[in-house]
Amino acid sequence: MEPMLEMFIFETNQNLEQLEQITIHSEKNETFSSDEINDIFRIMHTIKGSSAMMLVNEVATLAHSIEDIFFYMREKKPDNVECSALTDIILESADFIKEEISKLESGSEANASASTLIEMTKTFLKELKSSNGDESQEKIPKELKKKQQYYIGAEKMATVTDNLNVFHAVIQYQEDCEMENIRAYTVLNSLEDAVKEIHYLPEAILEDDDTVGEIRNSGFKMWFTTTKSYEEIDKILQNTIFLKKLELKQLASLEECGYWPVKKEIVKEVILEEVPIKPILAPKKVESPEAAHQTMISVNVTKLDVLMDLVGELVIAEAMVTQNPELAGLELNSFHKAARQLKKISNELQDGVMSIRMVPLSGTFQKMNRIVRDMSKKLDKQVELVLIGEDTEVDKNVIEHISDPLMHLLRNSIDHGIEVPDERIEAGKNPIGKVTLEAKNAGNEVIINIVDDGKGLNKEKLLQRARENNLIHKNEADLTDKEIYSFIFAPGFSTKEKVTEFSGRGVGMDVVMKNINAVGGNVIVNSEAGKGSIITLKIPLTLAIIAGMTVKVGKASYTIPIVSIRESFRPIEQNIIIDPDGCEMIMVRGECYPIIRLHKIYNIATDVTKFTEGIIIMVETGKNKVGIFADHLVGQQQIVVKPVPVYIKNISNITGITGCTLLGDGSISLILDAVGLASRI
Amino acid sequence: MAEEINDFDEDTQKGKFLTFGIDREVYGIEIRAVTEIVSLQEITEIPEVPDYIKGIINLRGRIIPVMDIRLRFKKAFRVYNERTCVIIVEVRDLAIGLIVDEVAEVIFIDDHHIVSKPEMKSVQNNYIKNIGKVDEKIKLILDCEKLIHAEDEELLKNI
Repeated sequence: MEPMLEMFIFETNQNLEQLEQITIHSEKNETFSSDEINDIFRIMHTIKGSSAMMLVNEVATLAHSIEDIFFYMREKKPDNVECSALTDIILESADFIKEEISKLESGSEANASASTLIEMTKTFLKELKSSNGDESQEKIPKELKKKQQYYIGAEKMATVTDNLNVFHAVIQYQEDCEMENIRAYTVLNSLEDAVKEIHYLPEAILEDDDTVGEIRNSGFKMWFTTTKSYEEIDKILQNTIFLKKLELKQLASLEECGYWPVKKEIVKEVILEEVPIKPILAPKKVESPEAAHQTMISVNVTKLDVLMDLVGELVIAEAMVTQNPELAGLELNSFHKAARQLKKISNELQDGVMSIRMVPLSGTFQKMNRIVRDMSKKLDKQVELVLIGEDTEVDKNVIEHISDPLMHLLRNSIDHGIEVPDERIEAGKNPIGKVTLEAKNAGNEVIINIVDDGKGLNKEKLLQRARENNLIHKNEADLTDKEIYSFIFAPGFSTKEKVTEFSGRGVGMDVVMKNINAVGGNVIVNSEAGKGSIITLKIPLTLAIIAGMTVKVGKASYTIPIVSIRESFRPIEQNIIIDPDGCEMIMVRGECYPIIRLHKIYNIATDVTKFTEGIIIMVETGKNKVGIFADHLVGQQQIVVKPVPVYIKNISNITGITGCTLLGDGSISLILDAVGLASRI
Repeated sequence: MAEEINDFDEDTQKGKFLTFGIDREVYGIEIRAVTEIVSLQEITEIPEVPDYIKGIINLRGRIIPVMDIRLRFKKAFRVYNERTCVIIVEVRDLAIGLIVDEVAEVIFIDDHHIVSKPEMKSVQNNYIKNIGKVDEKIKLILDCEKLIHAEDEELLKNI
């Protein structure tokens, strides 16, 4: 992707996120504070500017019309502002812009029309004005600034080199194109490579919005020197969008220029040197002292990935050196001392790189505010969202994977869990429902709880549905609550009588489960009828480096993530049970669990086929535990997870293997996925 | 600048083929697709893949699947020896190693010595793109793109 476009997408998305947060916050307070008005104004101004520059015109026009509202609010401080209506407009516009941005991101054209939204905004502004008795006034106090024009005597002019052509161009834009100043700037941009020196009137086109009027009335005037011919320049300028009229004259010499200030070399410099004239930029300028001491940088994630890979290889290489078999039996005191030092440094390096990739969950959590707001409005429920532990940090990759599931779970909680206010009052609860989103660290995992105080899951209904869908494979009386609740993760399972816009179609919870499993996480549901339910997500801190237990089966090595291991032991004969179908089970502390023989399912030649000679590793699969039978344990170590090559994934659908990793001796071990394995029995 | 270098690379690589033999036939791979040739190293087997996928190897930290070309072309398996080597080919960011008995040489085949293969209904000919002639000897030019990216017809049939 073009770097400029990438930057634009990144910035705009960030601005939109901020915009959403501010808007929702001010809606809660039912007023827009002056700070917030300034912020929104600034955001819209930025979006307008950058999107016009990127030629995303609908977005620019939309942003412009919203900017108008906030300009009015800032200048006039009106008393009657319909907060929620305004919030709706802003959020809908933000959605529209987001949609367009994501189109750009995926490489297609941003082509939707924002005309209804723009119409809405304009009507809103009109109503706002009339309700505050301000109809006839012009919206912008114009001509604050006197026209700046310089006429410089011929004697001051630099001599023109012979082969430079001098041009004078005037561009007139179509009447309704708006934001002439920014369009003029794009013209300058397009000329940048072609011209030697350029001067233009009006001057401060980017900083000063009043220049819009000036360009509209008398056109955008440019004087420039170039080595290019008339035809070439004409061709560049003819490409200008919304061009109505172009006057391009070749001048004999610089003396003929009406306007030629002394030496300002490049267009960009001219702009940077401008003094802030209008209050528009004022908030930005206040920030600038901080900006000068910038302590944050944004880095492309792929660079971090490369760094992470390198660190991973370093860890392996280190193990290869320090555990080199050729060192065995040698008396190497200073070597071991040096090796320890190396290990310490590489561990710190690993932690450091990991911490760079860690991102707080707050961004994801904040997004949920919007969902709660939209849903409670549409469903006529009153819901309060409480966020706890927003600053909990998770690997960037993990965040990407849990954002959608979280959204889904939250929707479900509000749609299925929280009752309508009347029902809540009847049940003696606060009419305002409460959904809590809580994140906390627990060792190598992050635990996210979604707690609602709604009506809870109905066990009877769940059972009935499970029966209808033929999901129950054992005696109903034996089902634990946990097992019953986990039915909601079965594909196509929904107890909701009515399908709503948000949920009830029965697609979703299984997708949630799949997504969370994909990052090595787990979902647990708990509920109490009438009091609410708790959905707990357990997610590994990072996908890149995990602690794993390596086991051997024949010549092959397999690695099981430590998080899913409960215990491992060598079984004794009498605890093994074999049912008439040949299914093997193990009795652990009075409970019976199925056993998976790795050598059997993966067809590996091994001498160890008797349970009493090998080892059984009990792993958690979310619903249940299973025993994995392997030859022997090799040991625990930090492993760098690498994906299974795409080619292998394409030609075969291996269940139970999530990735591979390199061991200290350079050999490859396959990482087992307990859930996938369990699905094979 | 970078583009110029690339163009230059393209030019020097054009028309060059790495050849290797299987039984009587000689096969060629466009040199552009080949990233390196390594000697056979320890292969980690992967369960539940077709038999011609021998497994994965660790190529300096990169994990790359390896395919036995003999088995892919339904020839008899030959025990690997010290001459066996792995040609790493990379097409559109997807790398795969091809296990061959031995590599022969890099040859230049002029464009007008390359003819398209005769139309045949048999599916197995799919991986041969063209046929090249050098000194009256025939080289079958492999279509790496198809070899790596094409959906496997047999696997599809099984589903």
